[in-house]
Amino acid sequence: MEKRVTFGKWTIGILFAVPQLLLIFTFFYWPAGQAVYWSLTLQQPWGGGNIWVGLDNFRSILSNADYWNSINASLVFAGVSTGLAMFIALVLAALTDRQLAGSRLYRVVLIWPYGIAAPALALAFRFILAPEAGFMAVVNQIWPGFWDPGLDGADAMASIIVAFSWKYVGYNFIFFLAAFQAIPRSLIEAAAMDGSGVIRRFWDIQFPLITPTIFFLLVINITESFQDSFGIVDIMTSGGPANATNLMVYKIYSDGFKGLDYSGAAAQSIILMLLIVVLTIFQFRFIERRVHYR
Amino acid sequence: MASITIRGVKKNYAKTQVVHGVDLDFPSGEFVVILGPSGCGKSTLLRMIAGLEEISDGEIAIDGTVVNKLEPRERGCAMVFQNYALYPHMSVSQNIGYSLKVAGVPSAERQQRIQAVARTLELEHLLDRKPMALSGGQRQRVAMGRAMIREPKVFLFDEPLSNLDAKLRVQMRSEIRKLHRRLNATSVFVTHDQVEAMTLADRLVVMNGGRVEQVGTPGEIYTRPASRFVATFVGAPAMNILEGTVELDGLSLLGGSRRLAMARTGLPVGTKVAMGIRPEAVRLVAPGTAGALYATVDLVEELGAGRVIYVDLDGAPFSVMTSEAVHPEPGSQVGLKISPDDMHFFSSETGARLDVFKASVPEPAL
Repeated sequence: MEKRVTFGKWTIGILFAVPQLLLIFTFFYWPAGQAVYWSLTLQQPWGGGNIWVGLDNFRSILSNADYWNSINASLVFAGVSTGLAMFIALVLAALTDRQLAGSRLYRVVLIWPYGIAAPALALAFRFILAPEAGFMAVVNQIWPGFWDPGLDGADAMASIIVAFSWKYVGYNFIFFLAAFQAIPRSLIEAAAMDGSGVIRRFWDIQFPLITPTIFFLLVINITESFQDSFGIVDIMTSGGPANATNLMVYKIYSDGFKGLDYSGAAAQSIILMLLIVVLTIFQFRFIERRVHYR
Repeated sequence: MASITIRGVKKNYAKTQVVHGVDLDFPSGEFVVILGPSGCGKSTLLRMIAGLEEISDGEIAIDGTVVNKLEPRERGCAMVFQNYALYPHMSVSQNIGYSLKVAGVPSAERQQRIQAVARTLELEHLLDRKPMALSGGQRQRVAMGRAMIREPKVFLFDEPLSNLDAKLRVQMRSEIRKLHRRLNATSVFVTHDQVEAMTLADRLVVMNGGRVEQVGTPGEIYTRPASRFVATFVGAPAMNILEGTVELDGLSLLGGSRRLAMARTGLPVGTKVAMGIRPEAVRLVAPGTAGALYATVDLVEELGAGRVIYVDLDGAPFSVMTSEAVHPEPGSQVGLKISPDDMHFFSSETGARLDVFKASVPEPAL
């Protein structure tokens, strides 16, 4: 029998819940509600009231080629960085799980990147990937003009993807390693007795058994790549060159606070929220079917 | 069918040695049971045969081929694990057929062989289920099927019955035995359960502390245990051991408080011995019977077919198993009659069997 604390009056229960409810309301529902309201009005840049405009903000955004470019860039960024961060983390975790030399050290070292604030790591990568002085300068020395994120949109996109992936490799690694270690050793041994080699065992036994973790990380990585990318974009490229890295989350900021189009920015954040919701629902509906829960 | 030869095999983990040089020969087709308490190195030895554990020293040969450096899959062994180790994401038929799939056996033949194995193990109606939807006994059977389908030279069993309930264990035991008779593959079965060991084994290996204590048929192990450890480990209830000293015409037991008069033991007078007597070899007699030890009854355990009577012999615990219809009251006095033929003597120092007691030992001149 589960032990439960029961309250004589329901009001006492509510009182206990109030602090948490207050926090959620103040920092989530209220701003979210405000954003919805703003997105349906025209906000004066210097204050002085709102004008109700219905869905005009959405119409004007969705008919803007720049915005579609931003959605496109965000999707590319989300897809590539999630793939990269998860693939590298998976390989590292699989190797660590085999108890290769130094695996204890990796385990500690690999979580650190996740603890670094995005702008700080972006600054580091800005130096590392600088075309004139950093690591890539060596490559430019051999192939002049090969790398210049300040001029080439693809290079700029690659830079922010590398920086973001680097941060999430550590995060994913910890989850993957835990998932690998949760697989009973005897399953791997049974597969070895059944004649399965290291690679075959990975695909036949380990991979299917960590699919719940893969799915979880997929949802988290994609969601975070839409949101957590702001600091990296801001420091490394400021959305340039020529809007090549103007991700949705960055465009919200630049349109709203630099362009002073508060209403348009609010509408964009509503669209971003809907996009994440739709993507998450899609993942749960179609990808989760392939997950083996034990 | 293959013989297994184990020569001076040792196993070290970092600085601790867990198997200290084991030499064994398992003839082809035999059912060998390795018995020992937990931590005695029996599973490690099995895993070294399987190739799941590196052999630190010595060599293991299967069918005359030294397998020390071979991968598990190259050794021709199949193993049944204690927790079954079924692949949870595969159906029963996929579990059973996995080794064939890895080996690249065509699908049609694979299905045929899966069906054949499933029929033998009565798993046909479960082939599409996932392991999670099976009972313990069914999982056990699937694990056996997975081992059988490869038609291995050697079957290895790592305490496969310990997760089952008592009734199922007895049933699976006889099934394993029948299976072995049919397939006749060399089998090595590791267990800490002596009943399992006695009933299954053609040959029994008793291990303790990383060493082999005795190798023999279950009958030999029971009637002539090679050491005090084997004597007390095999048999239930455990053999009674009484410390004593050899005297000219008997044994002084329990620091001299009790004496057993008997013909000469053949051991030098004054030898410190541990005298062993199986509970089922002790006869209950009326207190005060000549030549009998007397003791106070502590507890009577009813087994149905017989009973175990725990008595107190000057503070030393002692048990008697009898099938006679006697029900002594706790606290009452009983006499214990022990025949010299049933006694086992072990060295007090080394625990090794002292085999000099014989009725035919010539009487020394007085």
